Amino acid sequence: MMAGSLGRIGALMLRHWYLLRSSWPRLLDMIYWPTVQMLTWGFITLSMASPSGAAGMGAAGMGAGVLLAAAMLWDVLLRAQLGTTMSFLEEMYARNLGHLLASPLRPVEMLVALALVGLLRTLIGMVPTSLLAIWFFGFSVYDMGLALVGFFAALVIMGWAIALFISGLVMRVGMGAEALAWGFVFALAPLSAVFYPVSVLPEFLQGVAFALPSAHVFEGMRHLLATGVVDLGDLVTAFALDTVYLALGIFAFLRFHKSARNKGRLLQTGE
Amino acid sequence: MAATKRFGKIPPVSALSSPTPILDVAHLAKAFGPVQAVRDVSFAIAPGAITGLLGGNGAGKTTTIGMILGLIEPSAGRILVDGLDLQAHPVRARGLMNFSSPYVDLPHRLTVFENLMVFARLYGVERPKARIADLAGHLDLETFMDRPVGRLSAGQKTRVALAKALVNRPRLLLLDEPTASLDPDTADWVRRYLLDYQAESGAAILLASHNMAEVERLCSDVVMMRAGEVVDHDSPAGLLARYGRDDLEQVFLDIARHGAQKAAGR
Repeated sequence: MMAGSLGRIGALMLRHWYLLRSSWPRLLDMIYWPTVQMLTWGFITLSMASPSGAAGMGAAGMGAGVLLAAAMLWDVLLRAQLGTTMSFLEEMYARNLGHLLASPLRPVEMLVALALVGLLRTLIGMVPTSLLAIWFFGFSVYDMGLALVGFFAALVIMGWAIALFISGLVMRVGMGAEALAWGFVFALAPLSAVFYPVSVLPEFLQGVAFALPSAHVFEGMRHLLATGVVDLGDLVTAFALDTVYLALGIFAFLRFHKSARNKGRLLQTGE
Repeated sequence: MAATKRFGKIPPVSALSSPTPILDVAHLAKAFGPVQAVRDVSFAIAPGAITGLLGGNGAGKTTTIGMILGLIEPSAGRILVDGLDLQAHPVRARGLMNFSSPYVDLPHRLTVFENLMVFARLYGVERPKARIADLAGHLDLETFMDRPVGRLSAGQKTRVALAKALVNRPRLLLLDEPTASLDPDTADWVRRYLLDYQAESGAAILLASHNMAEVERLCSDVVMMRAGEVVDHDSPAGLLARYGRDDLEQVFLDIARHGAQKAAGR
């Protein structure tokens, strides 16, 4: 039973591997935007750190490279969500969903495969970008050590949760909901306190921010870069919230699948 | 040549009483809000039979096939695939079937080989490369196995879709309009292939088609649907005799225009 399940998950991952290796524009797209982001924030960091920089105190206060680290970690969340959602949308674009869901593939196996492909897409985008940051700016996110693995994992899980919700919604209502795949996560950026501490937010929003795993990751990252000490509380809270978000994401995906099946949306996918 | 004459193995409708039907649909119904798309549909297919599912647009054929494939949730009724309840054992039951439909495509960017490999693995086919090579030989795909599916002609795509539908050696093959949009030569090739395949493998086929000549040629059994209901179910010869017509197209028109009982009693 388990072997069959793993085989089907592997088969769907193989489908996306075939797609990625046959399409250099897709590969380029995965690396292009994180690199542009990294370069932009890298130069902003340089300007803030230089004596002539108008806002040099920002960098001094938070530690050099904090903006660059924040920009790259934000991209982890964005790429994990986009990578997973895009893997699902590829099936919608290809009108292949009916073939997949009429096969022995279970919805939950599909979901696992999409999440793993999302992780692969994130790594393809972020690893070269992080190496370029070392070369361009002498800044290595890997200096965060094991904490980076924790921050990365917490953001990827949050990205999966959002992606599963959006993918389920697209399955249920059609491609009209596709725009959410591109824009939804940006709505969380101000509340995630990517480039500033949560304390900057109005008090009533701080509670909302602390309900997001991402806010704890960025708070933890700033604390680590400023003090050199990992605040395990931030990481534990982020993972605890991730557990809730992921459970909700899986629940939503499966409910949307059930509803789409009930409405006859799986055979004729599209707008 | 009629399928029953060419292949003596195809069992007549009466054969349903002996072995477990490969497909047993009982009291199947589906409502989309206020619209009753399928109501109280019951029929069975014997192992090795080729059954035609006929009906005009909106008769409920695609919805019925969608429910058999597990892609549409029935409002009521039960579907057994080789005795397995589709609702209770979806993975095992779906592993016994496969299908081809104009409503779904194979990913265009993937090559023919890659598509077949993905589906072979999804269906847990043992020695998938050997199976794909076998299908490529039978369906004459060898010259374009490394070509993306999006770059194939309509005829080539149909053969690839058929290869995908056969990759797991299904015991029940569901085909929705398998020869639509094909030139007569390619369509004839597909029909001959299906007959040969059925005769060799003993698989049952449920075929939805608007091509009455095709149904007469291929099917040992015909289920006629109208407005979401099964209105008649017999062998092609039985239908022709009862409706006093020379071909299935006339029977189809009679039923579409007048309903089954009225038309049969004309």
